[in-house]
Parts: sequence; structure tokens; C-alpha cells
Amino acid sequence: MQEIICIVCPKGCHLMVDEENDFAVTGSACEKGIDYGRNELQNPVRVLTSTVRVSGCSEEDSDIVRCPVRTDGSIPKDLMFDAMKQIDAVELVAPVEVGDVVIPDILGTGVDIIATRTVK
Amino acid sequence: MSEKKYELIVIGGGPAGLAAAHSAWESGLRKILIIERAKHLGGILNQCIHNGFGLHHFKEELSGPEYADRFIKMVEACTDGNAPEGIEIMTDTMALNITPDHEVYVSNTEGYRVLKADSVILAMGCRERTRDSVGIAGSRPAGVYTAGTAQMFMNIMGYSVGRRVVVRGTGDIGLIMARRMKLEGAEVLACIGASDHADGLARNVNQCLKDFDIPLLLRHTITEIRGKDRVEQVVAMEVDEHRNVIPGTEQVFDCDTLLLSIGLIPENELSKKAGVPIDSRTSGAVVYENNETEIPGIFACGNVLQVHDLVDFVTEESIRAGQAAAEYVLGGCKAKTSDTVFALANGENVKYTVPMKARMEEIGKFLEVSFRVKKIFGAGSAVVVTQGDQQIARFKRPYMSSSKMEKIRIPKALIDKIDPLGEPLTVSAVEEVE
Ligand SMILES: Cc1cc2nc3c(=O)[nH]c(=O)nc-3n(C[C@H](O)[C@H](O)[C@H](O)COP(=O)(O)OP(=O)(O)OC[C@H]3O[C@@H](n4cnc5c(N)ncnc54)[C@H](O)[C@@H]3O)c2cc1C
Ligand code: SF4
Repeated sequence: MQEIICIVCPKGCHLMVDEENDFAVTGSACEKGIDYGRNELQNPVRVLTSTVRVSGCSEEDSDIVRCPVRTDGSIPKDLMFDAMKQIDAVELVAPVEVGDVVIPDILGTGVDIIATRTVK
Repeated sequence: MSEKKYELIVIGGGPAGLAAAHSAWESGLRKILIIERAKHLGGILNQCIHNGFGLHHFKEELSGPEYADRFIKMVEACTDGNAPEGIEIMTDTMALNITPDHEVYVSNTEGYRVLKADSVILAMGCRERTRDSVGIAGSRPAGVYTAGTAQMFMNIMGYSVGRRVVVRGTGDIGLIMARRMKLEGAEVLACIGASDHADGLARNVNQCLKDFDIPLLLRHTITEIRGKDRVEQVVAMEVDEHRNVIPGTEQVFDCDTLLLSIGLIPENELSKKAGVPIDSRTSGAVVYENNETEIPGIFACGNVLQVHDLVDFVTEESIRAGQAAAEYVLGGCKAKTSDTVFALANGENVKYTVPMKARMEEIGKFLEVSFRVKKIFGAGSAVVVTQGDQQIARFKRPYMSSSKMEKIRIPKALIDKIDPLGEPLTVSAVEEVE
């Protein structure tokens, strides 16, 4: 049995995961906690957020130099630093819309890096 | 020159101001103005690039800027035949003063003006406590930042803030910045807090510190900052239960940056100028069940009212304030008179309640009360609402902690049982005995 805290939502349920019983999860207030608990001990994944450079902004957004980005889904926890290296190498040119794909299929995970701010 | 008169002026264009303006529009107001001192709408959310926003409201996990973007677009979409120009927005504009009769003094590149409104919503957010509030001795070199300032430097301006970092304070912003700096290649030596648990959400301790092997040093404080031009070292010491340092426990960290994450304080200078009474427990306005302050037609919501950890709850509170302002204006701007006003009070293990007062006849299906508890409660705890020695309601809770704002909804049927002229309605947190 291992006690972990669910990080899927701010409620932060205290989960008990039983490795000896097919990773059965108890203590979660919802379904998502069960998935999280099961994954966390076998293949932990995280959402990664960062910023990338952006240029070519309009007058209205002339003060904006960074555009925030995130993984559109979770990637394996141990790929976070490798993903950061790829993100650091990107430069966007305005206009950028929320949801625009910045890096498709990062590190072969099937997950895209997307923009999370509109920059005109 | 005759100035346009607004039905509603919203001060602050963060998530609170945006949701309040949008809900006032939906409730029928058409002459609405949002005043924002920054160049862009969105408030603090623009620098909160991490995910974790919107799970309640949008049922999706968004980053801060994405959450703000949705509300900005909703506000921009507010137009119709009667008001084709929609909600008016003044960015780069500072509100300097508000009078009790709803005049708002503003200053921007066009100069200084006095605007008039039927109603005002205060949505100015909060600011960070600084090192003076925890009294750290030593020199005053560069490299000491509040966590929020460091967050702005990194996420908005793209500066690298430091290479070897110590974080004092275990609030969410500190935890999130510890992870952010680590991901950007800095060494984060420790996150240091004086109490016996972290102030931030448990999920942030997990995904920001544990994931990156950043040590959490509890029951410690920073006693000295060393360095001439730039921070070179900080000294941490253990503290006892009264927060007095224990001699001989010095630990020296070689670092170039110290981040302070020691809490937020509602920014209420303007509210005070308008004559709005401030509650000493929340440092925010005293409000009624509909978020109206003691000054008729002036409402408050978001971090300026109480420090929130979840933007979704800010949104909920602000929608209520927007509706109440619309109701006030459309009802002819009459101050509510009620002889069934009762007070709410914090009982055992509860720090404060919002609202502080409620009018019996204004309560709809339920009365929502938010509050914070003083300590951690495990499984089998409860929130108890009493008047005198009569129990009015009881809510079971699996877990409560001071780092999370709690809410209860007391059904109207139970509220009807209380004597509005009697003792205050008291909210307490208890360990369940059975
Ligand atoms: C670092 C950090 C991390 C957070 N993490 C999360 C999270 O993971 N999930 C979550 O749900 N919530 C999180 N929150 C909480 C949430 O973001 C806040 O509670 C919310 O943004 C508060 O909204 P607000 O509109 O009240 O204040 P703000 O966003 O601060 O907006 C207030 C606005 O008013 C403007 N203003 C102030 N005074 C004046 C004036 N005199 N004239 C004109 N304009 C003025 C300011 O410029 C600002 O734009 C976090 C908060 C912080 C600080
Ligand atoms: S189990 Fe469900 S409710 Fe509990 S923290 Fe996880 S996601 Fe949130």
C-alpha cells in the first residue's frame, strides 16, 4: 500500500494505492483519481508549461516578448527536461492564437505543445 | 464637457473584474466600463503560466493565460443593438480615488478625469507581502524578490532570475516558482517554511517539490541575508512552536537568489477612500450575502475581498457581484433597508467568514459562506453552524486545511430557523467524535 496525493485537481484527495492488488485505488472522490493513482506508480505523467519567444507583435501587443505554452495532455514525467530543451529552441511570430500548435508530437509522445495566449 | 455616466464601473480587469462585468451585462446592464491599470486585461493570470485553472468552471485544466483569454473573449463578445460598442475597456488607466457616491477618479495618458457611475465593483486583486513582514536581518543586496515579481520577470519579460535559489515561504506561488526555476535550469536548494506544514496546496508540494527532489524545510526560517551587491548566502535556523529561533541550528546556503512567498494582502487603499469598512480578519471589505459593501451600490469580489487559491471560486463570487450590481441599478439604485440583518462570526478553528452579514429576506435557495480553517483536519471532521447553543447545520468534511478556502451552502429552510435579532451565526470546524 502506498499513500499518494492526487494532483489532478486542487481538492488533493489522499489516495491509497495497493501495488499487490493490481494497483487498486481507494480514497478518491472521482474517477480521475483512480486513473491517476494507477498511473502514478507505474508510468507517472505530467502536464508541462513554459514560455517561448515571440516576435512580430502588433502595436497593441508590442510589449509582449514571451508566449506561454503547455503540453496538450500529459507526457511521461522523465521527459520533462528533454521537452524543455525543445521548447527553448522555438521562436513564434505573431499573430498567435490560443491552441495553436507550437511543436507537434513532442518527443514522439503523441502530445502537442500548444500556445496558451493570444498574441496579436 | 459632459461626461458619460455609466451604470457600472468595474475597477480591475483580472478574472474577478472580467467575470463581474460579463455577468452584469448578462443581467441587463449596458453601460459598463472596466478600468485596468496594466496594458492588458487578465490580471495576475497572465503570469501564472502553469496549469490548474478552470477545472470547476470550464471542466478543463487550463493555464492562467488561457483562463483569462476565455473571459476576455466573452467580455469582447458582449454587444447588441442597444449597445453596439459593448463593454467599454480602459487599459493603461489607474483608478486613483472612489467616492461614496460612486465617482471614480482616473488617470491615463489622456489626463485626469472624474467618471460617474450608478454602481461600482471593486476587483483590484491583492499584492504580495514583502520581506519586512517577516523581518529578515542582514544586508540588502540584489537577488531578493517576492515570488510573484520573479514570476513576472521570468514568464512575462523572459529574464533569467537566478542560478542558485532558496525559497522562503511555502505558499503556492513559491512552490510553483521553485519548479519553474528548476525547469529553466536553476538549482533550487530548499523551500523553507516556519510552520509544520506547507501553506500551499498539497498537489503543489507534490508536483513542484517532490517531483524535482527540492527539499522542503519546515519549522525553519531565514535569519540572515549575506552579500554585498548580490545575495551570496542566506542563513536558515530551526524555530520552536512559538516561532522563536533555536540557537545553534544555523544552516548556510550558498545562493544568488532568495524568493519570498509569504502571502498576499488584498489591495484596499481605494476601498478605504470610498469609505468602505474593512474586516480585520480578511483585510477585505465587509460584505453582505450579495457581495455588497456597507456603502450602497459598491460591491467587492475576487482577491480584493478575500485571498483565493482557486480562480474558479473567484469567478463564482464575481458573477454574484455582477448580478447584484445589475439588480441594484435596474431596481432604481435604492439602498436595501432590512430589519432582519444578522451577523456571521468565526467560531472555533475558523479564521474568518465571508460574507460577514446577511439579510434574511435576500437569501435565495441557500446562503453560501466561505472561510478558512486554522489547522489540518483529517478524515471525519465537520463544519458546524450554530446560533448561541442551537445547532443550525452540520457539514461532514473528509479533509480540511488552512491552505484551502472552504465553502458551505446553508439551505434557506435552515436559515429560516434562526433568530435574526439573536446572536451571530457562528461557523466552527470540529473533529467528529462519533
Ligand atoms: C502565483 C499564483 C498562482 C496561482 N495558482 C492558481 C492555480 O493554480 N489555480 C487556480 O485556480 N488559481 C490560482 N491562483 C489564484 C487566482 O489566480 C487568483 O485568485 C485570481 O487571479 C484573482 O483574481 P482577481 O481578479 O481578484 O485579481 P488579479 O488577477 O490580481 O486582478 C486585479 C486587477 O486589478 C488591477 N488593479 C488593481 N488596482 C487597480 C487600480 N487602482 N486601477 C486600475 N486597475 C487596478 C490590477 O492591475 C489587476 O489586473 C494563483 C494566484 C497566484 C498569485
Ligand atoms: S480524486 Fe478526483 S476529486 Fe480527488 S483530487 Fe483527484 S481529481 Fe480531484
